[in-house]
Amino acid sequence: MASDRIFGLITLITAVAYIAAATQIQTNFFSGEYLPKLFPIMIGAVAAISSLVMVFKPDPDPDWPASGTWPSMAIAVLVLAVYAVLLKPLGFLLPTVFAAGILSYQISPRILPAVLSGLGLSVGLFVLFKYALGLGNIVAYRIPTAAKLWDAISILIPFVGH
Amino acid sequence: MDILANLYLGFGVALSPYTLMLAVCGCFLGTIIGALPGLGPSNGVAILIPITFTLGLDATSALVLMTSVYYGAMYGGRISSILLNIPGDEPALMTTLDGYPMAKAGRAGDALVLSGVASFVGALLATVGLMLLAPSLARVAFLFGPAEYFALYLLAFCTLGGMASNNQAKAALAACIGLGIAMIGVDQSSGLPRLTGGNLHLYDGVDFLVAIVGLFAIAELFFFIESHGKGSSIGVILDKVRVPWRDIWNTKWTMLRASGVGFVAGILPGAGASLGSFLAYMTEKSIAGPKGGFGTGVPKGVAAPEAGNNAAAGGALVPMLTLGVPGSGTTAVLLALLMTLNITPGPTLFTERPEVVWGLIASLLIANVVLLLMNVPMVKIFVKILMVPAWILLPGVTMISFVGIYSLSGSYFDLLLMIGFGVLGYFLRKLDIPTVPVILGILLGGNMEDALRRAMTLSDGDVMYLFSSPISIGLWVAAIVGFVAPMFLRSVLRKPQAITD
Repeated sequence: MASDRIFGLITLITAVAYIAAATQIQTNFFSGEYLPKLFPIMIGAVAAISSLVMVFKPDPDPDWPASGTWPSMAIAVLVLAVYAVLLKPLGFLLPTVFAAGILSYQISPRILPAVLSGLGLSVGLFVLFKYALGLGNIVAYRIPTAAKLWDAISILIPFVGH
Repeated sequence: MDILANLYLGFGVALSPYTLMLAVCGCFLGTIIGALPGLGPSNGVAILIPITFTLGLDATSALVLMTSVYYGAMYGGRISSILLNIPGDEPALMTTLDGYPMAKAGRAGDALVLSGVASFVGALLATVGLMLLAPSLARVAFLFGPAEYFALYLLAFCTLGGMASNNQAKAALAACIGLGIAMIGVDQSSGLPRLTGGNLHLYDGVDFLVAIVGLFAIAELFFFIESHGKGSSIGVILDKVRVPWRDIWNTKWTMLRASGVGFVAGILPGAGASLGSFLAYMTEKSIAGPKGGFGTGVPKGVAAPEAGNNAAAGGALVPMLTLGVPGSGTTAVLLALLMTLNITPGPTLFTERPEVVWGLIASLLIANVVLLLMNVPMVKIFVKILMVPAWILLPGVTMISFVGIYSLSGSYFDLLLMIGFGVLGYFLRKLDIPTVPVILGILLGGNMEDALRRAMTLSDGDVMYLFSSPISIGLWVAAIVGFVAPMFLRSVLRKPQAITD
C-alpha cells in the first residue's frame, strides 16, 4: 500500500515538474509556437493521472529486502558509479578487479572466491574484448596524474564536479 | 511465386559460409544466454548490441548474428525453466508449469527434447506465416498517414499495458516514463534543446541502448544481491537424453494449434510473446479438460507454451518489420538493433531494401534448423553452463554491459545513466510496474511525436484529423478496447502463478 502511494507521489511531482518544464520549452519560427510543447505536456498529463490512480488505488506492498540488504545495495551502486568514472583514467584492468570482486562478494560473501572472480573476470574479459573481439577503446592500464584522478572522482560529488 | 524468388534472394544473402558461421556462433551464444538464470532474450541481445556495433560488422552480418542470438535465447530459456523452475523471461513462465514437474518426475531429458522440437515447430510455422503475411501487410501500411501512425503507436502502448500487466495505471505510467525520456534532447524542427535541464550531455538525447542495458541487465544485478544468488542451483538430475518420439508424435496437434494461437497473438502490436504462450497453454488446457492433467507435468503442457511462445516471437516480427511497432520486449530490442544499423522498419523496407528483410527471414530459418540440430545432442553441455555460479556470472555480465556501453560513446555519463536506469529498473520491477513499455516509449517516442506533429501541421491544428479515416478510427477503438477490456477479463482469465516447491 504505502510503497505504491510513495512512488505515485514521487511520479506525480515529477510529472507536474515535467509539464512545467514543457511549457518553458523554447520555440522558434520553424517549429511553431505550440507543437514542440504539445506532446510532452500530453505525456506529463497522462503520467500525472496514472500517478493519482496509484496514490488512491495502491496495490499490496511487494516483499522488500531485509533492512540489512539496503546498505549492500547502496554500496553496489556506489562501486558501479566509481567504476564508471575511473574506467577512463585508470584503464580496464585495475578498476575491474575491484568492481567485479566487490560485486561478487555482495552476491556471495566469501573472500577467496570473490578475489578470484575479480582477478579472473578482469583478465579474462580484457583478453576477450581486446584480442578476440578487437574493441579499440579499451586500454589495459593508465597511470593517471593526481589532478586527473581528482577530476574523475569529483564528477560524483554534487556541486563540485562538472 | 514472388515468395520463392524473394526467399532465393534472402538465402543468397544469408547463406554465405561467413554468415553461416555467424549464425552457428549466434545460436550457441544465444542458447547459453537464454539458459543462464537472470539473463533472458531481451537483456542478452541488449548487452550484445553495442559490442556488435563496435565490431564493425555490416548490416546483414550483424542482423544474422543477432537474430540467431535472439532465437537461441528463446530456445535456451526453456532449459532454465524446466530444470530450475526459473523462467528466463516472462513468456517462459508457462513452460515452468508443466516442465518443472516433468523434470522432477525424472523425465528432464524428455521435457528438454520435446520442448526443443515444439520450439522448432512454433518458430518454423511462424517464420512461414511471416513470409506470407508481412508483404501484404506492408502494402496495407502504405495507406497509413501520420494520423494512422499515431493511433497505431497508441494501440501498441495500450495493448501492451492492457494485456501484459496487472495494473493499467502502472502500465500507462511506465509508457509515460519512456515517452518522457524520449523527448529529452535537441528538437529536430526548431534545433533548440528540450527538457535537458541545461546538461550538455543530454543534448543528444538518451540512447535507448543505455536504457535497455540498465533496465534489464544492471537491475538484475540488484536482484541477485538481494537474493544472494540463491535458487540458482539444480535440484534435478539429468541422465541420458533420448528422443521421446512417442511424446512428439502425440503432441503434434497441440504443437500446430499452439503455433497458430501464438502467431496470431504475436501479431497484435504490443501484446507479444507472453500473451502467445499464455493463450496457447490455456487453449490446450481447456481442450484437454480436467482429465488432461495440465500442471502435473504432461508432455502437452510443455509442448503448447513452447510452440506458442516461439510462434509469437515470429509473429511479433510482422508488425515490427512492416509498421515499425514491436510486439514484445525482445522485438523492441531487435528494433533497437535495426535502428543502430540505420535500417528503418516500415512498409518501405520491403520495397527499398528487400535484401535486408528476406536476408533476415532466411537467417531465421537457418537459425531455426541450426538450433534444433544443436539443441538435441548438445543439451548436456548447455545444462553444464547452468552450473556457473551467480557470483561469477552477474559481475561478469555487469562488466560486459559497462564495456559495451562505454565502447558506444566513451563517456562516463552514459555509464552513470545506465546505473541510474538499473536502480530505476529495480524499483519498477519491485512495484510490479512493467519495464517493457519504458523501453518501447524511449524507442518509439520520437516517431510517435513526429506523427502527431505532422498530423497537426497537415490539419492546421484540427484535432478531429486524428479520427478522420476508417483505419485510424479502427485503431483508436482497438486501442481503447485493448486497454480497458483486460480490466474486466482479469477475473475470468487468471494468470496461473508459478509453482513453488
